Amino acid sequence: MKLQVAKMAEKKISRRKFLVRGGLGTVGVLAVGTYLFRGVIRRGIAGAINTADTPYMGDTSSPIMWFEILENNTIVLHSPKVEMGQGTFTGLAQLVAEELEISMEQISVVHAQSVSGNMDGFATGGSTSLSALWVPIRELAATMREMLKIKAAEKWGVNTDGLEVSDGFVTGGGNSMTYAEVAEGETEWEIPDVPELKPIKDFKLIGKPVARVDLQDKVFGAPIFGMDASMPEMLYGSVVRPSKIGAKYKDADISKAEKMPGVVKVVKEKDFVGVVARSFIEAENAKAAIEVDWQTDKNWQTSDIKSMIEVGKGEPFVIQKEGNPKSMIENDDTKIVSVYWSPIGAHAQLEPNGALAHVEEESATIIMSTQVVKISRDEIAERLDLDADQVNIIPTFLGGGFGRRLHTPNGIQAALLSKAVGKPVKCFFTRKEEFQNDTFRPPTHHVLKAKLNKEGLIEAIEHNVSSGDVAFGSPMVPGIAEPILGADLGAWRGGMVQYGAIPNFRAVSWRVKLPFATSWWRSLGLLANTFAIESFIDELAVKAKKNPVEFRLAHLQDDERGKRLASVIRTAADKAKYSDEIVEGRAMGVAASTDANTPCAHVVEVSIDKKNIRLHKVTCAMDPGLVVNPDQVRAQCEGAIIMGMSATLFEKMEVENGELTPTIYGPYQMALMKHAPKEIDVILLEGADAPGAVGEPPMGPIGAAIANAVFRLTGRRLREMPLQLGSV
Amino acid sequence: MTILLQVNGVDHALEIADENMPLLWVVRDILNLKGTKFGCGKAACGACTLHVDGEAVRSCSYAVKFAMNKKITTIEGLGNEQNPHPVQKAWVEHVVPQCGYCQPGFMMATAALLSKNPNPSDEEIDKNIINVCRCATYYRMRKAIHRAGELTRENLTNETTSS
Repeated sequence: MKLQVAKMAEKKISRRKFLVRGGLGTVGVLAVGTYLFRGVIRRGIAGAINTADTPYMGDTSSPIMWFEILENNTIVLHSPKVEMGQGTFTGLAQLVAEELEISMEQISVVHAQSVSGNMDGFATGGSTSLSALWVPIRELAATMREMLKIKAAEKWGVNTDGLEVSDGFVTGGGNSMTYAEVAEGETEWEIPDVPELKPIKDFKLIGKPVARVDLQDKVFGAPIFGMDASMPEMLYGSVVRPSKIGAKYKDADISKAEKMPGVVKVVKEKDFVGVVARSFIEAENAKAAIEVDWQTDKNWQTSDIKSMIEVGKGEPFVIQKEGNPKSMIENDDTKIVSVYWSPIGAHAQLEPNGALAHVEEESATIIMSTQVVKISRDEIAERLDLDADQVNIIPTFLGGGFGRRLHTPNGIQAALLSKAVGKPVKCFFTRKEEFQNDTFRPPTHHVLKAKLNKEGLIEAIEHNVSSGDVAFGSPMVPGIAEPILGADLGAWRGGMVQYGAIPNFRAVSWRVKLPFATSWWRSLGLLANTFAIESFIDELAVKAKKNPVEFRLAHLQDDERGKRLASVIRTAADKAKYSDEIVEGRAMGVAASTDANTPCAHVVEVSIDKKNIRLHKVTCAMDPGLVVNPDQVRAQCEGAIIMGMSATLFEKMEVENGELTPTIYGPYQMALMKHAPKEIDVILLEGADAPGAVGEPPMGPIGAAIANAVFRLTGRRLREMPLQLGSV
Repeated sequence: MTILLQVNGVDHALEIADENMPLLWVVRDILNLKGTKFGCGKAACGACTLHVDGEAVRSCSYAVKFAMNKKITTIEGLGNEQNPHPVQKAWVEHVVPQCGYCQPGFMMATAALLSKNPNPSDEEIDKNIINVCRCATYYRMRKAIHRAGELTRENLTNETTSS
């Protein structure tokens, strides 16, 4: 039987993979789950790469719950993807409601818990949530709709042919029942073959700017985040975290801390020391009284890191090659060479990392903000020596993700503190700990070289990018993949030459092991790589005395990828009325890139106010394929543009005497209200009939677009992020 | 010591061991009002903004002893779905929140601004609304603040007309 099920687990869902529970052990009158996706496609690693689609990687050995029908005839979707602001809950609800023929008021979305719901073995990230679930979740919803029709027909003794569904009702032959009434008390269900999905022309909800499903909760202050979780008899934990890079915990003197007010227990583990107290403040005060013996080998400085990261120092991997650009450029007396830098970046998400854990004899419940539910569960189970199914992760809304919650040692720490005191313990980072123990966006160094031909077109181009690890070292990419892949796919995201009509091009990714943790930061290497490449393309256009829009179009190949990129560049330039002229102290800049199959172009308008670069207007043209919710796609563009601007103009971590600094907002300067552009014009093209990436692609071109505008305004080419004019 | 204060219209007499405990933790962990957020603990981000006697205060750095005999309003007391504050109405209209974590702080800061100045210019918004939003929803927030000002002014006109 087991074999049979496994064998059936192909891409398509089939009737025997469904699990139906009528009124059993759930709050609803019907719970529909599935054995779907057992033995899933293991394309996770390749999937995260530039152009490949990331498949849905749900993987489970037991039935998993997707939907519940409640007595009030609303549907609860148990989402395997977490909501961190990107609007995935709303998009998924639209897909489900479309096939179930219900209104948006009739659906709510919750995070799937690890014991009962579906888990994505990959993560929530990489701008893949809607594209990966686009087909499977609609197939599930459509199947459930047909099940309800069959059941209603059975009850009424009629044929399903004459039945219709709308607004959560099945009607036909003078009968009418809500889905909940149809399901009430039923435990035996006939499961049909997966029906045909609704054609695009019939969509009623997909493509509409419906309001976010979490809007009310977020406007009226509902306790929906990991930080807001509580349990009866809950205590507060705090873990001592190192301030120095590379510091290893050896031992600690806890004698003073143990006597501090409110302290329940000071807990020493093999790799950390922490305290449990009655309140957060008491836990923090006691923590300050713990004297830890750290072992550190070196007092790192920014200059050390900058020197390590230079192209030529790490391990090189050629990631792209066409023709023979290297010798061609080296032998050219007129070659153009430029060097670009980007700094260490912090995630700086507003909700600190943390978890509320309750560990009992043979089970553990962990409420936490995480982008990797399955990985969090597995690593906690391993450390507690429990089976994976004895650990229940209850994911919450995330107070910002951006890649910060792909590493979750905080879950383990909360669990061990809870185990030590036998009570629920909530434990989270302070802001200083967040800034010093982040998994940073790695600094990068770029060397670009090119040769122009007599017509002023690029004959050969080469991009060398050197970066700390992004994908490597992450629990989502197994160590075994590193020697196969060679180059870190996260570091070179956006690092390839995208102008396919250039006859000779080459891109090389240099891998550097840095002494502090680096990882995924919204869009991975895209922002830095596009900053370097698209600034350089602008330099070449200037050198060739050509319009930067036309210069880009002239180098795009005549295939689908080239055409879609050309289309967004043209659209943005036309809508913004791109011009090289300076008008009333403002200049324009253009840049574009394709990320995860979504091309995006920005035209920006900037001015200079004293030494400060001011961004006034952004015209963004993006082609993410089919748009599920235009309002939320726009929201993602607006947010990515301003977050990208923040990194371009302000953000920078330094390393001083072994410590990462600054450790607080303000000194870690970020974009505020006063810096945000007052005009953002987003034009969405739909060059494909399925949804593609949205959350990250619009971040790519913003840095270069700003730098290119600053050049037009000042004649100065700024090649280091954050862009600083100094004295003008 | 015993701290007497009013939170969202309800009087409380709280036994607090440490009078220097920040008001944030009293509100969140003793009164269980989780809408006011912890972001930095150093009054640098504004996620913990609430009102003390109508003034916007960053409660992570405001000792509870200073709240003695004062009226506190948190996001839960600003308005509700049935009776939203103009700021909340505008936030819903413009679908402002993304992750939403910093939003209560922004809404409380905006409500305090509008209570003094129901028609702020862009420059006044820039000067007064200085919280941090990592999802960078500033573009929509500015629109929502102007809209909330409009709603506030309509309310004021109606009050004047009806009185």
